[in-house]
Amino acid sequence: MTMTATVPAVVEAASGADQDGALAGLRWAVTRDLRLAMRSRAELGVQLLFYVIVVALFPLSMTPERNLLATMGPGVLWVAALLASLLSLPRLFASDHADGTLEQIALSPYPLEALIAGKVLAHWLTTGLPVALLAPLLALQYYLDGESVAILVAGLLLGTPILSLLGAVGAALTLGLRGGGGSLLALLILPLYVPVLIFGAGAVDSVRAGLGATANLSLLGAGLALALVGTPFAAAAAVRIALD
Amino acid sequence: MEARSREYSGRASLPPLTCHKSGNEPPLIIRCAGSTPPQKGAQSRLHPDLPLPMLEAHDLAGRRGHAELFAGVGFRLAPGEAIVVTGPNGTGKTTLLRMLAGLSAPAAGEIRLNGKSIAPFAPELRSSVAYAGHLPALKDELTAEENLTSLVHLAGANATEPALRAALDAVALGRKRTLPARVLSAGQRRRIGLARLAVLRRPVWVLDEPVTALDSAGVDLLARLVHEHLDRGGVAVLATHQLLGLEPGRVQSLVLGG
Repeated sequence: MTMTATVPAVVEAASGADQDGALAGLRWAVTRDLRLAMRSRAELGVQLLFYVIVVALFPLSMTPERNLLATMGPGVLWVAALLASLLSLPRLFASDHADGTLEQIALSPYPLEALIAGKVLAHWLTTGLPVALLAPLLALQYYLDGESVAILVAGLLLGTPILSLLGAVGAALTLGLRGGGGSLLALLILPLYVPVLIFGAGAVDSVRAGLGATANLSLLGAGLALALVGTPFAAAAAVRIALD
Repeated sequence: MEARSREYSGRASLPPLTCHKSGNEPPLIIRCAGSTPPQKGAQSRLHPDLPLPMLEAHDLAGRRGHAELFAGVGFRLAPGEAIVVTGPNGTGKTTLLRMLAGLSAPAAGEIRLNGKSIAPFAPELRSSVAYAGHLPALKDELTAEENLTSLVHLAGANATEPALRAALDAVALGRKRTLPARVLSAGQRRRIGLARLAVLRRPVWVLDEPVTALDSAGVDLLARLVHEHLDRGGVAVLATHQLLGLEPGRVQSLVLGG
């Protein structure tokens, strides 16, 4: 065994520029979490399949009446999206916590908030985005017209990032609880999802009622802006507490 | 670089702090003489931006729940010096090391890096401390090389691919670098951590039970890395019962719960 091999020196990135640090941290977290997600594609597939099956179960359980299905469709799709997001939340921090990576993440010179924002972005790209993209296909079962489907997808694209951001706070708060804190996480986070559900499903309803969806979608957009600003800091504080 | 005082101003509240291999001396606060000062050129080899480290702990107390684990722990490490923390299980070695790494706040006392009082998760700490805890921080899905690259990048260093490969070669993982961490043995996983330490060249090392799962060649490797680190003017805090062949002149010993 070679004990004498020397390791070339490494140039440490200048940690002075904070904005660069934040961007670099974000990029690190997104690329790593996406790579990990790609390595465990089966898990991702299971979550999407869960979403598809939940949505498909409802038409089977009631009279296949056009009007009823079209009325219920947006709500069912949104509830299923909420559950799919919830199902994948423990993955966000729990495995990093279990293998010690979260300690190294918290001790990284990059801002923890940026690293968490990157993790949330990767989470959304692997759960929220596919959910939104699958929605038009699933909407076929509910006899939704073209405009309703477009608004549904727009709502999901605005709303699912909020689910991931709020979920990150919940996932960080329930870190280190016995049994993974899965059920407590659901209790904690589902009430916070309610406004997203109301405005998201409401957007499609108001389009079907001929009122236009601008108000609902604007509120979702405002919610997203608010969540983007606030939740990474809250989640970072929760992670630091969990490690203490 | 500031002048380093040879004497250590002893305080009555401090716990036994002895040089190891000082068998029959009473457990007193002893500044071991004859520590070799780091070479003048060592600074550039350690870190271009950061000064040679000076790590101090004053009156630290550690708590786990309501139980007090230790109190009044203090020491001062000048560049090129290490401290070895020993003690029975459950006496707070890991708690102390996590404080020094900046992961948790001490129940009392303060930690100073280069004379500046440091809070948990302080940016100065995060850019100068390399912490290796009980958990290896490896992802089973990633290969040995990907794990190392990921950890090095997370620490803010842009290591080139040849540098990372050389580091893996140096810890005898060169041929295993494309294997997923899942199939590596516990000792091989530890060696990835050693490669990380070698590549990062952080001024302060905080290593919790670094010899766990390492074979004798691995322990030699760790000892060599620690030696090189101290030669470069770094400081190290080690929770280990192995001596690692450190010269008495540059190592202090701290016994918890004794």
